[in-house]
Amino acid sequence: MTWFDAPADAATRLATAGYLADAATATTTYLAGALEKPLLLEGPAGVGKTELAKAVSRATGAELVRLQCYEGLDEARALYEWNYKKQLLRIQAANAGDSGVDWDATHDDIFSEEFLLTRPLLTAIRREEPTVLLIDEVDKTDIEVEGLLLEVLSDFQVTIPELGTVAATRRPFVVLTSNASRELSEAVKRRCLYLHIDYPDAERERQILQQQVPGLDDRIAEQLVTTVGRLRELELKKAPSIAESVDWARTLIALEIRDLDAKAITDTLGAVLKHQSDHERAVKELKLARS
Amino acid sequence: MSTERSDASGLLERHLAFVEALRGAGLSVSLAEDIDSLAALGAVRWGNRAMVRDAFAATMVKKQAQRTTFDALFDVYFPAMVGNGAGAEEGDEAGDGPVRDNASALVDFRDRLAEALEASQVDEAELRRMAAEMVGVFGAMPGRGPGLSSWSAYTALQRVAPQELVDRLVAGLMGEGADEEDARRRANRRIGSFTAMVEDDARRRIAEEKGPDHVAEVAVRPSIDKLAFMAARRGDLEEMRKEIFPLARRLATRLAKEQHSRHARTAPLDFRRTVRASIATGGVPITTHHRPKRPHRTDLVVLCDVSGSVANFAQFTLLFVFALREVFQSMRAFTFIDHVHEVTGHFRPGADPVDVLTDLAAATSHAALWGRTNYGRAFTKFEENHLDALTSKTTLLILGDARSNYSDLHEDALRRLTGSVKRTFWLNPEHERNWGTGDSAAPAYGEIVRMIECRNLNQLSEFVHDLAW
Repeated sequence: MTWFDAPADAATRLATAGYLADAATATTTYLAGALEKPLLLEGPAGVGKTELAKAVSRATGAELVRLQCYEGLDEARALYEWNYKKQLLRIQAANAGDSGVDWDATHDDIFSEEFLLTRPLLTAIRREEPTVLLIDEVDKTDIEVEGLLLEVLSDFQVTIPELGTVAATRRPFVVLTSNASRELSEAVKRRCLYLHIDYPDAERERQILQQQVPGLDDRIAEQLVTTVGRLRELELKKAPSIAESVDWARTLIALEIRDLDAKAITDTLGAVLKHQSDHERAVKELKLARS
Repeated sequence: MSTERSDASGLLERHLAFVEALRGAGLSVSLAEDIDSLAALGAVRWGNRAMVRDAFAATMVKKQAQRTTFDALFDVYFPAMVGNGAGAEEGDEAGDGPVRDNASALVDFRDRLAEALEASQVDEAELRRMAAEMVGVFGAMPGRGPGLSSWSAYTALQRVAPQELVDRLVAGLMGEGADEEDARRRANRRIGSFTAMVEDDARRRIAEEKGPDHVAEVAVRPSIDKLAFMAARRGDLEEMRKEIFPLARRLATRLAKEQHSRHARTAPLDFRRTVRASIATGGVPITTHHRPKRPHRTDLVVLCDVSGSVANFAQFTLLFVFALREVFQSMRAFTFIDHVHEVTGHFRPGADPVDVLTDLAAATSHAALWGRTNYGRAFTKFEENHLDALTSKTTLLILGDARSNYSDLHEDALRRLTGSVKRTFWLNPEHERNWGTGDSAAPAYGEIVRMIECRNLNQLSEFVHDLAW
């Protein structure tokens, strides 16, 4: 299966799935499908990295398999695990029956499909249907985990000592996301296409807002995008992301605010800025009256 | 698209030269990535320059900090146009040949530029064309022979002086209903991006004349994390400051993680938890659990030279140390020029970095009694007034270029200071080869304290990483 026919095709189909991609995103997404290489997305939190993976799955009708990374994630959670409890039961059951069940048979028996618990990576590799594999926040894992990703990312296969190598029958569309809280290893990066997603330009952000928040009129969308753009230029601890401007738009609608003037901004600033010092900075720079 | 004109073999050579240049600029483009980039190119074809750039970037750039370098080199090796551009000749209103550089042409050009910049929606292509015209007409430096002529963005910018258009632009934008501050900001941003276009264009023309390899060697600035503090321009400084907090966060996570993983191997076994967990596996301790270990923490005392020569450097290191407070149990900071002044109070947790820097700048004035850097006096003063800051658990960090205006160095004071603390480091923002030249006392102090070259963000983060261990 080809994922997308051309960059333009990627852009339109992603748009239909509710994701407005800029040119670079569309091109890179298309390439990831065409070259069958994993796609590493980096960028500030909340600019739609995870969303892109979901949109690819919606646009192509593929199922999304998600591996959420965290500190302490290990092989057993990422790849596969043997069901120890069930294996023990089997051994005990074999012993209880006593008789002449020899060890070799039991041994072969307990390392079979039946006792294998597949985790996201193996699941994605083994699926016959089109699959989007999302490895989310890969920078949160320990360095060791990158090692086990390598085999999956370059050869799309997983080696299980007891069963042998499981290779993908159909290569999944792999998306890795990272907030760059640590540098990923060269080895992982070499296997991936790389795309840095940044805050969208004003025009695209306005479109995103209007798509995500029905009932948002043009004028207020314009004002909102300008203000958010302004906030991003300040030296803030956490600059507002797309997710936050969408939240803000929803807040404004809920409060039935029709005009984003200084007072309205001050009242609702909590929806966009999440640090006290950022608030103070914004109030000072935008010359808002202190509430 | 100039690239379409070349034949296939020339293209491959150019591609290889491009990859070489990227490697030269510090991007690690492996052979595998090189091959990928050609595969990607096969998938998108040469039809659209932006698309080719995206495809190359996706396969060869793996770090956002390198993107600026990549873009600059891409423009040099795969220029958007050749000479004055395809449309330039017919567009000239003079009709006969290229526009001459004279006063009326200058006035005329500035008018047109102002118009283009004032438009409510900026037409990027038009601006790029104007940048090309500007360099072609006002930035030409005719040489004595063929191949010796050159172009200078500097000359062009000096002559046209787009910065002087700011007021006009502000007035224009305000006419459309923007308030003044907003208009000024937008005007500055537009002029800034136009200036960058002019610089790009000059680079492109020089590359055309002298070959891209020459330009790649001399004109492409290093990426922000490798840019020397002392050589940074205004715009770079702002970008660096934005980098500082994410950098500190990255470093803190990395530290926590490394301590965590090292800990897992060396920490004592938690027997009860291990046994309890083994019940699930029939009494076989498949996973072991370990006792938590007290995190290792450091008391830090920073002694920072804030004289004019190292002001940039001091800003960054202080801000960086401030951002890294989490890693250190307690921190005290002192600034000096010839007199020592404590600035710890400015580093309130959760404080706004912009305010901190403003406060620090204001506090700097206390550090100078005589106005000339004097390390010897600073050390003796520190010993007199603040010796209580140093304990046997302290790490003392001295930041400065060790240029002491030929004054008495008071090595004995520094030796006493270092003797009373756990360890001492000296970060010097100068290149190691300049240590000891002129009034630099680096060798003399370097004998007492370990002196480390720290010229850019990369070296700074590496150092702090080692320090926190």
